[in-house]
Amino acid sequence: MTDRPIKVLIAKPGLDGHDRGAKVLARGLRDEGFEVVYTGLRQTPEMIANAALQEDVDVVGLSILSGAHMTLVPRVCALLREQGQGDVLVTAGGIIPDDDVPTLRQVGVAAVFGPGTTIGSVAAFLRANVRARD
Amino acid sequence: MARRARSATIEPEARAGELVGAALAGDRLALARILTAVEDGTPVAEAALRRLHPRAGRAHLVGVTGPPGAGKSTLVAALIPRLRSAGRSVAVIAVDPSSPITGGALLGDRVRMQAFAEDRDVFIRSMATRGHAGGLGPATGAAATVLDAVGFDLILVETVGTGQSEVEVAAAADTTVVLEAPEMGDEVQAIKAGLLEVADIVVVNKGDRPGAARTASQLRAMLVAVPRREPGDDRPRPKRPDILVATAATGAGVDELIAAIDRHGRQAANAGSAARLARAEAQVWAIVGERVRASLLDAVRSRDTHSILADVAEHRVDPYAAADRLLAALERG
Repeated sequence: MTDRPIKVLIAKPGLDGHDRGAKVLARGLRDEGFEVVYTGLRQTPEMIANAALQEDVDVVGLSILSGAHMTLVPRVCALLREQGQGDVLVTAGGIIPDDDVPTLRQVGVAAVFGPGTTIGSVAAFLRANVRARD
Repeated sequence: MARRARSATIEPEARAGELVGAALAGDRLALARILTAVEDGTPVAEAALRRLHPRAGRAHLVGVTGPPGAGKSTLVAALIPRLRSAGRSVAVIAVDPSSPITGGALLGDRVRMQAFAEDRDVFIRSMATRGHAGGLGPATGAAATVLDAVGFDLILVETVGTGQSEVEVAAAADTTVVLEAPEMGDEVQAIKAGLLEVADIVVVNKGDRPGAARTASQLRAMLVAVPRREPGDDRPRPKRPDILVATAATGAGVDELIAAIDRHGRQAANAGSAARLARAEAQVWAIVGERVRASLLDAVRSRDTHSILADVAEHRVDPYAAADRLLAALERG
């Protein structure tokens, strides 16, 4: 089967209100042939995990510019594992200092995309690393 | 863009049995996985739907349709807490369009429905149209069957933003709610055939905007003035929809809408099985069509089939003769 689009949840956890980047990425991945679920601003980790479950997504992309990534991202990863979605690819983007990246990778983040990342390179990474499906 | 096949080795029947058992026991991830299989049209989906179909038929299927920006998602989000406080479980299938160019889609209906994450009895699933015309996805009906079978009381099917003739939801739902925004058109728009004709309930949303009451009264004048049936006249008749005014964003008029939906649901149940028979026909004919197509494209026949299709493209054979030849090829086995 070559015609099943990869399904991606783009979510903004926490309290910052800057969603332009998330929207541009959502639209860019749409143009790359992905099915993108966008959930809007100010999502709790629980809301994000619940959406990932109900939508049975392959990828969860988290956009954070508030600095709260070291709290919110591990929580989302833990919830996904608890609900049986440990195989979902989690990526993060926004403003994330390089020093935090190794810790985030340890808790289960597959990639951190900083400012300047092209949509093409995000799409290529997701295609190469997404889980296998039934 | 392929999702690689994880488990060609796991037999579809066994996998479906496992997923269906778990979903019926309340496992929401298993339910989500069945819905994915249904969308992807996998062998697991067929095996799961065979198991689930006998359990479906109890839910009230409500279609919510209307033009882009009329407020469908906002209205659905306003319905959910009221239905929940009445103790009813709710599933939502929210359909957004796939790109005809890339096949990608932006599914944005959840933005207005994220407040119910802690509630197991609310299940929201976004779905892309994947090339299907008519306002729904190719698997929306089957997905509703799955949600019905696992016990949701009410299933809200939100279509893509529709134009005048995407009326497929009316066949897929027990009750069709059509949303209009104020000042969207004059009385002539209201008497054109199509979307408004299939409404069981018309909601003029954004009722706090100027012109809402006038739009409602125009619709009432044009849509409700359907002549009563003479004895012995059994020609198809347009419906006589309820016309309501609501403001989904504030919740005004939403209780009245739920009352109207419930009233229509009871009427439809009393009116008998015509709608359900029409839905069954549509489902079965679609499967027959898929099976015929798959047989004509199998390893044995695919070469002949493609050669006949090419003959039609080159105008050497007409399409009717081509169809007859293909059907004859099937009969030969």
